[in-house]
Amino acid sequence: MNAALDLTPLALSLRLSAVTAIILLIIGTPLAWWLAHGRSRFRFLVEALVVLPVVLPPTVLGFYLLQLLGANGPLAWLWALVEVRLVFSFAGLVIGSVIFSLPFVVYPLKGVFEKVPRPQLEAAATLGAGPVDRFFSVAVPASLSGFLAAAVLAFAHTLGEFGVVLMLGGNIPGETQVLSIAIYNHVEQLEYSAAHALSAGLVAFSFMVLAVLHFTNSRRKVAL
Amino acid sequence: MTQLSGHFRLSRGTFLLDTAFDSAGPGVTALCGPSGAGKTSLLRCLAGLETPEAGMLRVGDEVWFDAKRRVFVPPQRRSIGYVTQESSLFAHLSVEDNLLYGSKRLADSARRASLDDVVDGLGLKALLSRRVTNLSGGERQRVAIGRALLRSPQVLLLDEPVSALDVAGRADVLRYLRQVLERFAVRSIYVSHDLREAARLANEMLWMERGKVVAQGNARDVLTDVHLPFAELDEAESLLDGVIEGHDEQMGLTRIRCADTTLWLSQVDAPVGSSHRVQIAARDVSLALSAPGAVSILNVLEANVSELVVAPRQPAQMIVRLDVAGHPLLARITRKSALALQLQPGTRVWALVKSVALAE
Repeated sequence: MNAALDLTPLALSLRLSAVTAIILLIIGTPLAWWLAHGRSRFRFLVEALVVLPVVLPPTVLGFYLLQLLGANGPLAWLWALVEVRLVFSFAGLVIGSVIFSLPFVVYPLKGVFEKVPRPQLEAAATLGAGPVDRFFSVAVPASLSGFLAAAVLAFAHTLGEFGVVLMLGGNIPGETQVLSIAIYNHVEQLEYSAAHALSAGLVAFSFMVLAVLHFTNSRRKVAL
Repeated sequence: MTQLSGHFRLSRGTFLLDTAFDSAGPGVTALCGPSGAGKTSLLRCLAGLETPEAGMLRVGDEVWFDAKRRVFVPPQRRSIGYVTQESSLFAHLSVEDNLLYGSKRLADSARRASLDDVVDGLGLKALLSRRVTNLSGGERQRVAIGRALLRSPQVLLLDEPVSALDVAGRADVLRYLRQVLERFAVRSIYVSHDLREAARLANEMLWMERGKVVAQGNARDVLTDVHLPFAELDEAESLLDGVIEGHDEQMGLTRIRCADTTLWLSQVDAPVGSSHRVQIAARDVSLALSAPGAVSILNVLEANVSELVVAPRQPAQMIVRLDVAGHPLLARITRKSALALQLQPGTRVWALVKSVALAE
């Protein structure tokens, strides 16, 4: 109780959030573009799949990921082949967080992508810009607020994650014991002041991030 | 000059574009017709922004689209400039960067128009470093035209580039547009629902109705075709090409030579010998069977009646197409007068023209 506050979980959480946010921006951007501008009839199915983590209890998601990624799961041969252990590891946490926070990246991006004026994209095409060129030279500059929102939400949402991590990562200090788990541990052990320090820090940090996000958005006059 | 020919079949909901077209130019071809006729759809097919279900498109010696052979050249690989009604400038770029967007994406050898020429031709010098968000409507359209020209296109496609502007902005943009079309001599298709406006720019004219090109020809012939709805409108008019002969400073009049005769108009600021197009409204033309004696009307032209029809929606009116030394001229008179004069195709008449104006 009197021991110095161990900040390893905080560092781990920040690392997990950063890695997750980066991976999500890479995966979420093309997915959001496809949802906003694709022409497939099956878009609605993918859309439902992307939102699923919002409505499911994180424990359900974590449970199935545990099955899927585990040493006895249907993909066990694959994990054995590439010699990685995904459950109870940082890599597993990243996979879980990416799926868990996917909607928080895809939705803000889909929103701004839908608002990129089609005439501008068409004008770019008639001026010689191919699809990828159009995306980077027209769509991205018009969607910066969405990228900011997506990155911040992915980061903050991962930071606050508990259920998926608990199911998938267990409680290994320095490897999978993130901030929310550490707080839970402190409470279990009746170390209220440590729990308080970490919790208050998380509340303050999250509030600050969201405040900055909404401030920049109100300045840009772009609704989320 | 680049020839465009082909045919398209494109259905969008209840609308069906199903037409052949063939336009050799030169210069500006106007694509006109009532709204909903399919002008924009046809232009979008030319640009490659729509993929028709069937048809083909040949531009010069290139095939841009052929449904049978599964050829479709996407817009970014067609040598086009495309200007729409509402400007689609890139809000995150300055005027100069907007102008250069297309030319940056050209091979050096394909870059024929220079920034300086375009900026000069469209009067954009003072705007270059401005953000596009605080330009007026007319300025935005001038930038959009410049951006398209700097693409050094084989064909410039203009879709009602002035129709969203107020009267002053419209006149301003049209003046610049005419100037650069002449200067860069670029093959253009100009879509407009306003025949008069189109006729001022175009040599050739296509008339569309319900998804089809139904008439085509020299602008002044299409304009005076009594079977097309334009001849029936209150603003129906004829255009004649002429050369300024001289000015009468004292009377405040200008003489212009056209259709083998001399016409008088209110004095204009144009040098003697310069070529101009004059417009004569059909309602300002009266007919007489013999040369009138003392009349106040200055312009009296000898003509032959070539065709006459009852205005379909105004049965008291008659639309008469005259032949003035080979040039078509429209007159609108009452059916009662036409009967009294016993007008027939071939009847020799004198056309009394109340007012002539330069078509600008």
